[in-house]
Amino acid sequence: MRRPTVSVEGISKRFPGPRGGPPQTVFENVWFGIEGGEFVCLIGHSGCGKTTILNILAGLDRASDGAVVVAGREIDGPSLDRAVIFQSHALLPWLTAEENIAFAVRSRHPDWTRAQIADECRRWIDLVGLSAAAGKKPAQLSGGMKQRVGIARALSVRPKILLMDEPFSALDALTRGMLQDEVNRIVGETKLTAFMITHDVDEAILLADRILLMTNGPNAKIAEVVVNTLPRPRTRHDVHHLPGYAVLRNHILDFLVDRSRRLAETMPTGWDPRRIPEVRPAVPA
Amino acid sequence: MLVSRPFASLALAALLFALFVGVWQLSSATSPAGEVIVDPEYAALVGAAAATGGKTPFPSPIEVGARILEHFADPFYVRGTNDQGIGIQLAYSLGRVLAGYGFAALVAIPLGFVIGMSPLLYGALNPFIQVLRPISPLAWMPLALYTIKDSSVSSIFVIFICSLWPMLINTAFGVASVRREWLNVARTLECSTLRTAFRVILPAAAPTIMTGMRISIGIAWLVIVAAEMLVGGTGIGYFVWNQWNNLSLSDIVTAILVIGLVGMMLDQLLATATRVVSYQE
Repeated sequence: MRRPTVSVEGISKRFPGPRGGPPQTVFENVWFGIEGGEFVCLIGHSGCGKTTILNILAGLDRASDGAVVVAGREIDGPSLDRAVIFQSHALLPWLTAEENIAFAVRSRHPDWTRAQIADECRRWIDLVGLSAAAGKKPAQLSGGMKQRVGIARALSVRPKILLMDEPFSALDALTRGMLQDEVNRIVGETKLTAFMITHDVDEAILLADRILLMTNGPNAKIAEVVVNTLPRPRTRHDVHHLPGYAVLRNHILDFLVDRSRRLAETMPTGWDPRRIPEVRPAVPA
Repeated sequence: MLVSRPFASLALAALLFALFVGVWQLSSATSPAGEVIVDPEYAALVGAAAATGGKTPFPSPIEVGARILEHFADPFYVRGTNDQGIGIQLAYSLGRVLAGYGFAALVAIPLGFVIGMSPLLYGALNPFIQVLRPISPLAWMPLALYTIKDSSVSSIFVIFICSLWPMLINTAFGVASVRREWLNVARTLECSTLRTAFRVILPAAAPTIMTGMRISIGIAWLVIVAAEMLVGGTGIGYFVWNQWNNLSLSDIVTAILVIGLVGMMLDQLLATATRVVSYQE
């Protein structure tokens, strides 16, 4: 069997129940794959274990069952090849923006000279448009600028896979839009494999090639995979004018508003966690 | 926040000080009115002051001020073992404090680091720490004198034992409460344990560690005076006790003032160091 670049194979997460009760299952028997160079978004309500799935992919958390296979090898902890952009940016507050990025570059290239690392930092700072703020501490930066540093830090280790945990959810709409365009551009240019958690439907449609829809927890499941057939390149300015956008958006919204709750109770007959149905709402029947 | 007015505060402080000195001057100026007549032979035998039955009058601010100037003019004289300048006595005390405090830091910070990183060790050592911490450091003095048999080293040991706990507890707490997300950053960057410890955990916990060090230096400076009163020989604590035996209240007031000033300087030094390592989230 041919495996995709990232293959999630039957992972579960259970926590011991309170006072010796039955264990609480967050999600169980989750299967999905991400092809090389593909952008996949995972949408679901809070508490369905989205972040746990991302942490398992990152190697920061362990699945109770199942495995994640990346490039043919089961993962066993974090790796520089799988960079994470954290929701709370997670910059080290005692380092300047530039030093935060240098910390990552130094991790990837321990043998580099100071000048080489400084050059590489410059490159990433310029790329995310932070040249004026390079010497500032995170506390002196706005939320959007902090997340830019977070993005530059994640990209500066030149990962093969980029994992993003609601990276823009704490930002205002204007900043969020700008950063979405930037991430879209950078991921497109670098042919990165990307996995993003979000609960912003427009964000998912703009960025993702495929969108995984997750039911409510506990016992959350991936109910279906929405294939985004809207043509690339997409930008924030034109994506909502593309034919099929409204249908796609309504399909996902319907899921979030209604079906995610109903499906949490009973999945339709014939639903197989290993062969999740793919839908293409934007393609006219 | 209140608007700070440094000049007004300074003026008020000066006024309060003047008031304090004024009241002191007035109360020390009231000398006994009548002359007490004593047998001159008795007076020759026990000394004039004792014979009159009068107490040594509390020195006036002017007398104390003159004494302070004398001490500051020549702080480093040595005229025998019991008559040395206040600067030399302070140097002895500071030397002991820094030695005991330094050893305590060398033990407490690495140990606290390990305890903070290991919940197992934390659980195992916590009962000992909780029992040992509230013990007055002076209670160790007899045991120290018995085992070490050297009074100066014993007082260093007492400083060691009293500076240990705040540094140990704060280091362990600071290390244990490093934000999970910062550790996750280090993990995704595949940092080694050593690199994570020095580049992430140490800077993250540094403000808490420095706070512990600041508490410790304060306690150490409090304890050294008492310890030196107990063991004698040298040091500012011994100086105070010696001047009490000499009934030289001016010297005692001088020493009290100097102890306060040095304590403040030590505290400010550590406060500055804390500011250097602190960060804003």
